Amino acid sequence: MKLLRSFKVMLGAQPEKPTEYTPEALAMMEARRQVKGPEKARQIKEAHAEKHSHKWRNIRWATLIMVNMIFVLSFRFDVQLVEGSLTASRVIGFHFADLNSAIQVMLAYKVILINLVIGTGTVLFMWWLLGGRTFCSWTCPYHLLAEIAEKIHLALAKRKMVVDYPLHRGSRTVLYVVFALLAVASGYTVFESISPTGIVSRALIYGPGLAMVWVLGLLAYEIIFIRRMWCRYICPIGLTYGFVGAVSPLRVTYNMENCLNEGDCRKVCLVPHVLDCTKKTYAEDVNVAIGADCTRCGLCIDACPTGSLKFEVKGLNKLL
Amino acid sequence: MTDEVGTPKAAPPVPHANNKTRRMVMRSIAMGGAVVGASLFGFFPVLRKWTPRLRPPGAIDEADFLAACIKCGQCVQVCPVRAIELGDLDEGFGVGVPYVPAREQACDFSCDAVQCVLACPTGALSHKISKKEEVRMGLARLDRPNACLARKGEGYKGAARPAPFKGVHRYPEIDRWKPVKLAEYKYDLELCDLCVRECPVPNAISLEPMSKDPGDKRKTPVVHQACVGCGMCEMICPTEPASIVIDIRRKWGDA
Repeated sequence: MKLLRSFKVMLGAQPEKPTEYTPEALAMMEARRQVKGPEKARQIKEAHAEKHSHKWRNIRWATLIMVNMIFVLSFRFDVQLVEGSLTASRVIGFHFADLNSAIQVMLAYKVILINLVIGTGTVLFMWWLLGGRTFCSWTCPYHLLAEIAEKIHLALAKRKMVVDYPLHRGSRTVLYVVFALLAVASGYTVFESISPTGIVSRALIYGPGLAMVWVLGLLAYEIIFIRRMWCRYICPIGLTYGFVGAVSPLRVTYNMENCLNEGDCRKVCLVPHVLDCTKKTYAEDVNVAIGADCTRCGLCIDACPTGSLKFEVKGLNKLL
Repeated sequence: MTDEVGTPKAAPPVPHANNKTRRMVMRSIAMGGAVVGASLFGFFPVLRKWTPRLRPPGAIDEADFLAACIKCGQCVQVCPVRAIELGDLDEGFGVGVPYVPAREQACDFSCDAVQCVLACPTGALSHKISKKEEVRMGLARLDRPNACLARKGEGYKGAARPAPFKGVHRYPEIDRWKPVKLAEYKYDLELCDLCVRECPVPNAISLEPMSKDPGDKRKTPVVHQACVGCGMCEMICPTEPASIVIDIRRKWGDA
C-alpha cells in the first residue's frame, strides 16, 4: 500500500494526509502540541543558529564530476577502462546501458538485444542497490547544470525579477507514455534526440556541438520561467529510475522526534512532494521512509538543523 | 453598444484554487506540446535526407540503424584513426549517431578487424561482419572524371593532402600500428594511382588503360564489386574536390 501510494505521488498525484497514525506518532504529535508559539519560535531560532552544512552536497558534486570526468579522461588518454558515454558504456569490459535509452532503443528497433539486456541488468542492479533516482542527482551531468540554473532562478526570484510558473507533476508521466509511444510508432528513438543527459554527456566526451544550444535554451527557460522544469516535469529517465529504486536498501528516512516542521528541507528539495511527511501531522509513524521519487541528493539532510532526516541502509540500523 | 452599457459589469473572477490549477494544467499541456513538438523536429532532417551520412562498417539498414543506435560513441573510442564522428542536432534523430566523414578521415581498417562493430552494444553495427571484405558502406564512383589526374596522364608529387589537412593513414612500411598524417607523407608518382595504391581492400579498384595505344599514358580508375565504400580513395584523392567519391549505401548493381 505504502509503495503504491509512493508510486502514485511520483506519477503526479497530490500527497495525502494520512488517516491513521501509529500510537507512538500520535503521542509525539500530542507532546508537540503542548509547545506554544513563542517557545516554538525560540526552538527554531536556536536550531538555525548554526550554519548550514554542505557535506552531502559537496560529496555528491564531487562524485558527479568524478564519474563524468572518468568518462572524459578515459577517452582523452585512451585508458580503455571506461568506454562510451552515459547512454551506454563498457566499464572494464562489463556492459552498462542507461535504462531509459535501452528502453527507447528496444521500443524503436523492436528487437531484444542481448548485450543491452546484460547492460541494463548491471545498471538495474546498481541503481536498485543505491535506490531512488540516485542516477539523477549523483551522475546526470544535466542535473548539475540545472542545479546551478535553479540557484540562479531562486536568487532572481528573491529579487522579484523572475517568477516560477509551476507545472503539473503528472506531465512527466504523460510525456513518458508519449515518448514510449512515439518510439514504437516512428521507429526512431525520438526522446534521445532532445535528451539533455545524452547531449551533455556526449558534449563532454566528444566535444560540444550545435545540440548544446538546445541544452542552454532549456537552462535559460528554467532560469526565467519554470524552476527546474526538465528534471521535475519532463525527464522520463527520472521516472524510469524512480521505479527501479522504489524498493532499495539505501534511502532517506525521516524521524519525527526532533523535527520542528519549519520546512527548510522542502525549500531545498527538488521533489518536495516526497517530503510531505515532514509537514505537521503528515507523518503516520515516528520513522518514515522517503518515497520513490526522491533523488537521494542529501540537500534536505544538509538543510535540516535537527538531524531529522538521514541516509539509512535498511536493516543495517538494527545491526549497528 | 448602449445595451451593454446598461448591463452591470461582471465582477472580476476571484482567483481561487480551481482557477490556479486550471492555469497550471494549461501551462503543463503547452509545455508538453512544445517539448514533443521540439522532439519531432528530428523528423525533418531524417525524412528529407538533408544530411546523408556514410555510416561505419557493419551499419544495418539506415532506418533500423537510427533506431538501434544508443548513441554512446563506443565505436568512436575504439577507432585508431578516429574516422568516426557523432552526428549533431542538424541531423535530427541522427544526433549522436556515428558516421564517417570520408573526405576528412576515411576508415582505412587500421584496426585490422572491425573494432567498431565489436564495440557496438546494440547491434546497430551488425556483428555478422567479421572482416573488412564483408563491409558494405557504399560504393566508390568516379565523380569528376575530367579532374582525375590518372585520366589526364599526370603524375603526382608531394603530400596527397597537404597541411593543414589533419587526416591520417596507416602505412605498413612505416609503422604497422601507428597511423601517419597524410600531410607528412610525400609521394613521387609518375602516374597518379593514389586511390588504387592506398585502397585497403584487395581488388576493389584498378587503373585501366584508356586506349589500346601503348604510347597513351592515360588510365582510368575502375571500381569493382569488392569495393566496400570505406572512403579511403575519397580521402587520398589529391584533386580538390575529390574526383572519386563514395555513394553512401549504394550496393553493387544498384542504379
